[in-house]
Amino acid sequence: MTYTLTNVTLPSGEVSNIVIDGNQILSVGTQSQGDSIDCTGLIALPGLVDLHTHLREPGKEDSETVLSGSQAAAKGGFTAISAMANTSPVADTAGVVEQVFRLGKEAGLCEVFPIGAVTVGLAGERLSELGAMADSAAQVRVFSDDGKCVSDPLVMRRALEYVKSFGGVIAQHAQDPRLTENAQMNEGEVSSRLGLAGWPAVAEEAIIARDILLADHVKSRLHICHLTTKGGVELVRWAKAQGISVTAEVTPHHLLLTDELVESYDPIYKVNPPLRTQDDVDALRAGLADGTIDIVATDHAPHPTEDKECEWSAAAFGMLGLETALSIVVKTMVETKKFTWTDVARVLSSNPAKIGGYVRQGQELVAGSPANITVINPTLEWSVNREELSSKSRNTPFHGYTLPAKVIHTIFEGVIVVKDGELTGKKHD
Amino acid sequence: MSAILESADIDRALKRISHEIIERNHGIESVVLLGIPTRGAYIAARLAEILKNLGSEVPVGTLDITMHRDDLRMRAPRPLLPTVLPLGGIEGKDVVLVDDVLFSGRTIRAALDALGELGRPKTVQLAVLVDRGHRELPIRADYVGKNLPTSSNESVKVSLKEVDGIDSVEITGAR
Amino acid sequence: MKNQLLSINDLSHSDVLSILNTAAELEKITSGANKKLPTLRGRTVVNLFFEDSTRTRISFETAAKRLSADVINFSAKGSSVSKGESLKDTAQTLQAMGADAVVIRHGSSGAAQRLADSGWISATVINAGDGTHEHPTQALLDAFTISKAFPDRKNDFSGVRVAIVGDILHSRVARSNVLLLTKLGAKVTLIAPPTLLPVGVEQWPVDISYDFDAEIENFDVVMMLRIQLERMSNFFFPNEREYSRRYGLNETRLSRMKKSAIVMHPGPMNRGLEISASSADSSRSVIVDQVGNGVVARMAVLYLLLGGAPISEVLS
Repeated sequence: MTYTLTNVTLPSGEVSNIVIDGNQILSVGTQSQGDSIDCTGLIALPGLVDLHTHLREPGKEDSETVLSGSQAAAKGGFTAISAMANTSPVADTAGVVEQVFRLGKEAGLCEVFPIGAVTVGLAGERLSELGAMADSAAQVRVFSDDGKCVSDPLVMRRALEYVKSFGGVIAQHAQDPRLTENAQMNEGEVSSRLGLAGWPAVAEEAIIARDILLADHVKSRLHICHLTTKGGVELVRWAKAQGISVTAEVTPHHLLLTDELVESYDPIYKVNPPLRTQDDVDALRAGLADGTIDIVATDHAPHPTEDKECEWSAAAFGMLGLETALSIVVKTMVETKKFTWTDVARVLSSNPAKIGGYVRQGQELVAGSPANITVINPTLEWSVNREELSSKSRNTPFHGYTLPAKVIHTIFEGVIVVKDGELTGKKHD
Repeated sequence: MSAILESADIDRALKRISHEIIERNHGIESVVLLGIPTRGAYIAARLAEILKNLGSEVPVGTLDITMHRDDLRMRAPRPLLPTVLPLGGIEGKDVVLVDDVLFSGRTIRAALDALGELGRPKTVQLAVLVDRGHRELPIRADYVGKNLPTSSNESVKVSLKEVDGIDSVEITGAR
Repeated sequence: MKNQLLSINDLSHSDVLSILNTAAELEKITSGANKKLPTLRGRTVVNLFFEDSTRTRISFETAAKRLSADVINFSAKGSSVSKGESLKDTAQTLQAMGADAVVIRHGSSGAAQRLADSGWISATVINAGDGTHEHPTQALLDAFTISKAFPDRKNDFSGVRVAIVGDILHSRVARSNVLLLTKLGAKVTLIAPPTLLPVGVEQWPVDISYDFDAEIENFDVVMMLRIQLERMSNFFFPNEREYSRRYGLNETRLSRMKKSAIVMHPGPMNRGLEISASSADSSRSVIVDQVGNGVVARMAVLYLLLGGAPISEVLS
């Protein structure tokens, strides 16, 4: 099938027609062919890529499945997502990653790249069969114990070394376990008042510092998941200045929300790593603007209602993110004039695709590129209603927020999976 | 709005009540005055002052009835007002309860309950500045400054120098 | 006054005075042979205790019964709560049973607020201690105790110097007392080893000291906090002996205190650890008075929260 997005604005600001033929972009320019979809006033971005998604399948299908997560991703403008390994069973074998990979193919709404566990059962003790997962049909390149930190320095060193043989990367959840035993929220003035056990910034920064030095020593690739502190930004900035191969991500919620929200004791704000201070938020935005932080990743973490409808300490950590990520980036970075649309494409598409080695993702919208495209309305404000989300879960902290920028069309491998903001029911076979 | 009693009328009424208290109790050796806050407490203090000028020192105290009211659920909770029992207590005494206005009788009913918590007087009597009628309980005053026929939708406002700056009793019209 | 007591922050200065004055009056009118008042007849107070605390439960129970309320004790131990029933289900059960007030004690900070804000229950929620957050009625009884010890001040504590000594980090008593006593004008000094002070404490409206001996002769009130022995396993201090030597109230320290100063402790005490037996039993100690004051302070709270019409009816 051939069709044309007419009068669409490219990230550069140029207005063009994009002709799509099959799963490729045929041309970008003045030509048009086949049906036209009028995109006047809309911006086309390379399809968004999330490097950090919890899809909960296998094991917790009541909170999310690969299919429902793919639907949420498509609605949020993502054409690729990365399924974290902390499922049940843990994705620490070729069998589990292939299962997730196959479920993603069946859903057909975006690419689903399984992330493999670094250690068996996320226990931090023995390396998983990293090579087998790399060689599997899923071709895993990103490995992470996310949710848990690879805290043993020797295990971390070995993992960094080992994945070099197939160009892998270790995505570290930086959290010193001893410094965060029973921790509930950012440690600071607010936690002192609320009587909630504190989660010091240093517990994150100490691991980041250690791992940067390890990555340098063994000359391997390190990716820091969900950076949340000012000090963490400084460490990554230093590492990049030394030429160390480190990349870093920030979540949308850490770009906007602060620990003062915890005063409500509403577990909707309970997340790992925790919401930090305004000072940290400002540093994260600055780090993202100057390229210290490479990408925005959602850390989309669905939980069933009962895991949030309880007292704070009993509640689960995590927030939904796929369907609001773009809007939060626009609100925090574009509206504050820190970002152009090219920057948005960089942190939400091309950089994460590069880190993950996702070859059909994150490419410039030019003739010959794969037809993975997200078309957004930059000026349309919308109100977040948790009941209307495609995710199976409802734990968004943004319920009731009015946010800028709405995803209008999502095109995955040439297939229009979302049109006018709604799932079309079509999928890529 | 019209002033029914002015300062001089109130003085006169209280003097008369003081004499009646002495007369009725054949002296005042065992009399204790207990005013119901807020205004009853001031009236009790004035009665004690008059009695003192008449050569009779009478113990005077206050009795808060809030916890025994039967209309608690009908308004916002009120902080308690002071209950102060005079030295010597009320056990075996002739207690004269003092209030500003006698109306439904419910306040006095509550006062009798409150008193019951604190001890067992020999007798309990009641002195009021104004009796406006419309009783809802079988209660009557032993000493009345002024009987004031009113209609039930009028209200009676007692002002005292100690709290209101002036002495007066007024009837305000139907609301 | 708000329709709940979750934190001292729920109380204005005049609310606090109203509670303290009401407690004083209640103490007078219930000191005779008949201790019972009819005020809350027909009202149901549920003591919902997820944590064992016999003292606090008995104190609330006594207070409610002296006001003639019906009392239901709902202890999490051995009930469906320990079998995984959620706070929400428990709350809805109590709602169905027609509870007018729920007095909640919970090991999780914020549990009382969660119960009150969730919409699961319309009853008045009273916090009887939530995790390491607050214990507002303890602070009220402590303020009442201080008020009785310094009657000339008529609840104005300006210039009164209060030392709160011990495990501030984990103390809900300390948090509530800091908020309440400073609201009444007191100057509060927290004295503890740095490990037992929360990060962020420097922004509280208090003075901080690591040295119990430095200013001991200047305090009017010395409030000792309970040390939980399990804290040692987390390296908060080396051992009992060292803690006791540096931060315990012993005879030497007691003798240096002002003549008029009082010693307080929320109980239960570890005699010989944070407080020596002779200090606890000395004439300066008002620790036993605190228990009795707890009943009248809680009566005042129950009366002021439940004694009148529901706020919604008053407004309409």
